[in-house]
Amino acid sequence: MAALEAEAAVRARGVSRPWRLLAGAFLVGALLVGLGVGPVGIGAGAIAESALAHVPFLHVHNPLSRLDDAVLWQIRAPRVVLAAIVGGMLAVAGSSYQGVFHNPLADPYLLGVAAGSGLGATLAIAYGHVGRTGWLLPLASFVGGLAAVAGTYVLGRSAGTARAAASLVLAGVTVTLFLTAVQTFVQQQHSNTLRDVYSWILGGFSTASWGQVAVAAPYVAVSSVAIVLHRRLLDVLSVGDEEASSLGVDVPRLRLLLVIAATAGTAAAVAMSGLIAFVGIIVPHTIRLLVSTSYRAVVPLSLVVGAGFLVLADVLARTVISPAELPIGVVTAFFGAPFFAIVLRTSR
Amino acid sequence: MIELRDLQVRFAGTDAVRGFTVDVAADEWVMLIGPNGAGKTSVLRALCGLIPFGGDASVDGRDVRTLKRRELARLIAFVPQSPVMPPELTVAEYTLLGRTPHLGHLAVEGRRDRQAVARALERLDLLPFAERGLGSLSGGELQRVVLARALAQDAPILLLDEPTTSLDLGRQQQVLELIDALRAEGLTVLSTMHDLTLAGQYADRLVLLDRGAAVAEGVPREVLSTANLSAYYGADVRVVHDDDGVYVLPQRR
Repeated sequence: MAALEAEAAVRARGVSRPWRLLAGAFLVGALLVGLGVGPVGIGAGAIAESALAHVPFLHVHNPLSRLDDAVLWQIRAPRVVLAAIVGGMLAVAGSSYQGVFHNPLADPYLLGVAAGSGLGATLAIAYGHVGRTGWLLPLASFVGGLAAVAGTYVLGRSAGTARAAASLVLAGVTVTLFLTAVQTFVQQQHSNTLRDVYSWILGGFSTASWGQVAVAAPYVAVSSVAIVLHRRLLDVLSVGDEEASSLGVDVPRLRLLLVIAATAGTAAAVAMSGLIAFVGIIVPHTIRLLVSTSYRAVVPLSLVVGAGFLVLADVLARTVISPAELPIGVVTAFFGAPFFAIVLRTSR
Repeated sequence: MIELRDLQVRFAGTDAVRGFTVDVAADEWVMLIGPNGAGKTSVLRALCGLIPFGGDASVDGRDVRTLKRRELARLIAFVPQSPVMPPELTVAEYTLLGRTPHLGHLAVEGRRDRQAVARALERLDLLPFAERGLGSLSGGELQRVVLARALAQDAPILLLDEPTTSLDLGRQQQVLELIDALRAEGLTVLSTMHDLTLAGQYADRLVLLDRGAAVAEGVPREVLSTANLSAYYGADVRVVHDDDGVYVLPQRR
């Protein structure tokens, strides 16, 4: 009996039931807001009935006019779904980079991954004549992102380990600035073919389509599942590389695997939506503050909460100065930069 | 249990360990002593495969180099001098990390792992602390938690790098008594030790290192001689023997 009690005291805090429900409710709420808000307001009930009406053999009456139905399912739905996929991916990638680099400030944007992915995609469009929804685009984006994160890591390490957290971010900023310069050069050189690249680079979902969702979804699914499965090992890494090794973990291989997974997913997200900063910092850190610092909680919750967060940010982007739209990167930076300042102050 | 033959470790162009040889029998407690920079820690780190080395190192008859990380971690539990202890992890979560070598790459802990951790915590009187955060514990409690993680690893060999630094006298004794008691359950211990009197009290055998090589080896009363301590530590000491062991007393010059 005593042994049973002792065993019960031994548990790793994962995601407790209330938090699971709350995170799920947040995502569902965000999706409904995303689908319902716009020039044509549509209520949650109507969304649900209209969704059922599209299921064959159910014979549910569609309460929406043909036009409203098209607005909902051909314009808003792909936009909301793409925002959710991208948001979940960026947040989970951020938590993964934070774990493998032992760095609370790591974020796909700050590490230069987003800029590298953007450049990879731009080069593919400019020289490879790949379309904006082409299957090859995430691949080109991935190569660019991987090169960028490798560059950032090497540069950050060579800059010294005394202030490792800060030097990694400075290295990321350096890589980002350089890649952005190359990006601008390529853009200006091909101003006729790349007219829409500028607005895309600022980040946004205004041209989202089901085609883009289909291209991004497989990459994001594989990457995020891989990272979620590694949540326990991310906790092992928190005792440092050396002790993780002495516990039997092949640290270089694990780091490579997680960086590739996070970068592949980020690249697919960037290829579809441009550069969106700070999601990978805001979401995981909010979860650390509210729920737990264990990656067993941070990783899965980042996926769900990140998705909801970016859907809501997109709602703001398209309604604040309606009928015009703000680039979504502006919205996330508006909330993210002050948040980053707080994390910077609290991390030694 | 542990065989080191002509061990060589080089760091940035200098030799940290030069031709070090030692055998540690099963259930024995051998302590490495020697002045700062003698290479004690390097010997431990080489043995657990954390740094490259020359010469031969084998554990339980198996060459350390041919063992996979996970296999090695099932044979050797290593407690570094200043372990990283994330303040926000709970005692149970931290101790569960010790089960890593027994888990598949993507597996999560099962019943057996929780039982092993519960046993380790119980052994070290830490069960009431299971859900406390590491950040709220004292130095002595933390040292016990690190030992609990090492015990949960269920490895037959325990390597300890300076297990008592930063502990007060009473806590030092507690920790060493505890380790000594664990040996009764079949644990081979190789540790480094700063405090020579404590080394004399607890070790079965001492190996004195100087500049990367063993210069004296044997039972404490042989190794802890005024001549050795003067020659290799440059220290003036009085060494007192009685029935319970050896006492090294520093003397003012």
